[in-house]
Amino acid sequence: MRKAPTILLAHGAGGYLSHELISTLFLPILGNEILASLDDSALLPISGATIAFTTDSYVVKPLVFPGGDIGRLALCGTVNDLAMVGAITLGIAASFILEEGFSTNELRRILDSLRAAAREAGVEVVAGDTKVVERGAAEGLFITTSGIGLVPGGVNIRGSCAREGDLILINGPMGDHEAGILLARGAFSLKGTIKSDCAPLNHMVSNMLKASKDIHVLRDPTRGGLATVLWEIAQSSQVGVEVEEEAILVRPEVRGVCELLGFDPLYLANEGKLVAVVPEGEAERVLEVMRADPLGKESAVIGRVVEGHPGRVHLRTAIGGHRILEPLSGEQFPRIC
Amino acid sequence: MRRKGSDKERLASLMRELSELIEGDLRVMEVCGTHTVSIFRSGIRTLLPENIELISGPGCPVCVTPVGEIDRAITLAQQKDVTLVTFGDLMKVPGSTTSLVNARAEGSDIRVITSPLEALSIAQVEPKRRVVFFAVGFETTSPPIAATVREALRKRITNMYVLSSMRLIPPALRALLASEKLALDGFLLPGHVSVIIGTDPYSFIAQDFSLRGVITGFEALDIVEGITMLLRQRKEGRAAIEIQYQRAVRAEGNPRALKIMEEVLTPVDARWRGLGKIPKSGLALREEFIAMDAAITFEIPCEDKDDPPGCKCGEILQGIARPPECPLYGMYCNPHHPVGPCMVSSEGSCAAYYRYGGTK
Amino acid sequence: MCLGIPGKVVSIGRDLAEVDFGGVTREVSLLLCPEVQEGDYVLVHVGFAIQRLEEQEALETLKLLKEIERRWDEEERER
Repeated sequence: MRKAPTILLAHGAGGYLSHELISTLFLPILGNEILASLDDSALLPISGATIAFTTDSYVVKPLVFPGGDIGRLALCGTVNDLAMVGAITLGIAASFILEEGFSTNELRRILDSLRAAAREAGVEVVAGDTKVVERGAAEGLFITTSGIGLVPGGVNIRGSCAREGDLILINGPMGDHEAGILLARGAFSLKGTIKSDCAPLNHMVSNMLKASKDIHVLRDPTRGGLATVLWEIAQSSQVGVEVEEEAILVRPEVRGVCELLGFDPLYLANEGKLVAVVPEGEAERVLEVMRADPLGKESAVIGRVVEGHPGRVHLRTAIGGHRILEPLSGEQFPRIC
Repeated sequence: MRRKGSDKERLASLMRELSELIEGDLRVMEVCGTHTVSIFRSGIRTLLPENIELISGPGCPVCVTPVGEIDRAITLAQQKDVTLVTFGDLMKVPGSTTSLVNARAEGSDIRVITSPLEALSIAQVEPKRRVVFFAVGFETTSPPIAATVREALRKRITNMYVLSSMRLIPPALRALLASEKLALDGFLLPGHVSVIIGTDPYSFIAQDFSLRGVITGFEALDIVEGITMLLRQRKEGRAAIEIQYQRAVRAEGNPRALKIMEEVLTPVDARWRGLGKIPKSGLALREEFIAMDAAITFEIPCEDKDDPPGCKCGEILQGIARPPECPLYGMYCNPHHPVGPCMVSSEGSCAAYYRYGGTK
Repeated sequence: MCLGIPGKVVSIGRDLAEVDFGGVTREVSLLLCPEVQEGDYVLVHVGFAIQRLEEQEALETLKLLKEIERRWDEEERER
């Protein structure tokens, strides 16, 4: 396995190179079974209960964008990581690295937004830290959030639990967040507004768990997008995944951005979406509950878990062709060809 | 050929006509990388009869740029006062020791642009930097680059340079046909290059080689129609250049774009990965614009470098080998760790085969 | 090669035109297509209009495949 001698932006993109960095550097050095499962949250057995524990850093630019800001993102991201293992958030810790010269008004605004997101999710920030670094060292603000949660008894939701015959569900259109960020940056002189879908999914997940005791996998398609997450599930469960291109919704403006830059919407980050893998018999009930939620009005079945091609994801295109969905490979660069 | 009736009916009727017209094998070179990808992605490959063979050609500008030219761009980028700008397609292409994306990580100022005008803006906004535009592309891209050079002069920008790796399609096709290594029944000709150049530059295909070509669009329907038009010509014993992509391509091309190209750029001999040196197949800045020519200003020679050992990109670009026949394909060369440009480029044959599970 | 995307010219400025691509707009140069007017459809490559399209044809490009795909799928299901 080739190793790059320096860290590349690609290593942070959430795709294949991120995985490689983790598996060749982080895991061997820090490794243990729990870390190695690479689920959205770590599951720690403690006196008969299961505690979920997770952490995430937020380095988004710009700090404020249509549909949210770094504060909202930081809160929702961690709440969602806990929700993806079926855990109920017990508390969130938030660390702030601030750049010298950062506006206190802007900080206030971001904190207000974080608080509003916390209220929406029904969680509290119970611990925190603040550091200030010299001008130029932090691009305004970085936030790291950690979350601790309790997994209700009987709930066993992990990346490795997908089984043949399961159906794959998502709760809405793909690509809104990353396309929204690109436009908010004014990248490549594109103009337009796409709202990030940044939102806490824990209430919807809670209702899904009430509707079914047998949900196998939950994953949120953040960096690396839907394609990468499907690949992770296929790899983790050693099953084949087949999805229908036509079933995956993409907003026209998101498609517009993708066409202009040569991007694939299946690889764009989402911050208010989840992938659910559920047994066929449970799917209708779960889908109904998702559709009743404001964050899941456009929920749909997009594919199924199959016996063939374990570890690989096949996408069926409209005319009956099929395409293998690899995980994101490094950064997606805009292209002209 | 105007479209009549509903699109679905049109596709169905074309597929019927296609299966009626086909007698024996049909070997078609689809020149353009985007056609390769479209054909796989839409699933037409599975729909077409077995005896239609589609061969990928050298129409991927990233793929045909020799290693030495990538190295030259990287060397330039490593100079302290240089900002190298280029299209995203080039960033991951391996040079002989490193790539642009890695060089950026090591500290070189390398930026991705999506229009040559962005190079101009950067030069304006950062007058202390020497902004070098590593210009790769065919005839679709060279008129925009030429127009930008003129704008640079008009706006009296003196810190922008062009490092040209621009190439021309018709000379490459001529070289392929002259080599007689290919047995073809016809070409699917590139849709967007033809928007600029029209039909004339391809006429040698019919006149000198008695072969047929259809300028084709990129949707599934376009491609099926293009292949059907080739079959019709063959059945009628004709060899001509026709336009399927009528909604965008005119026989005379885009005369204004051609004029601007002519004014700023001149054909020069160029080396192509796989095809070797082809006379008058590249474009360079004319003498009047020499001050903007990076190759001359920076005096960095372009060395002839070998392709990586085992890499069959060259043969694949000539249409005489398929990606799965390359010893590196898959295991050693894949989209995550590409060895050659055919795997890096989103339009490269090898990337298309890999992503779409092609084996033949 | 060459992504060429059809869009509609929303307004024409001094050097550049604003072109709409399904809700997202971008500045596009008309240096290669000076005859283009507001309301025209153009094919855009690397931030330049390279051809003026007839509206009918541009719309065809935009929905062509989607239409075929949708109806093809319907027919498949009916069988």
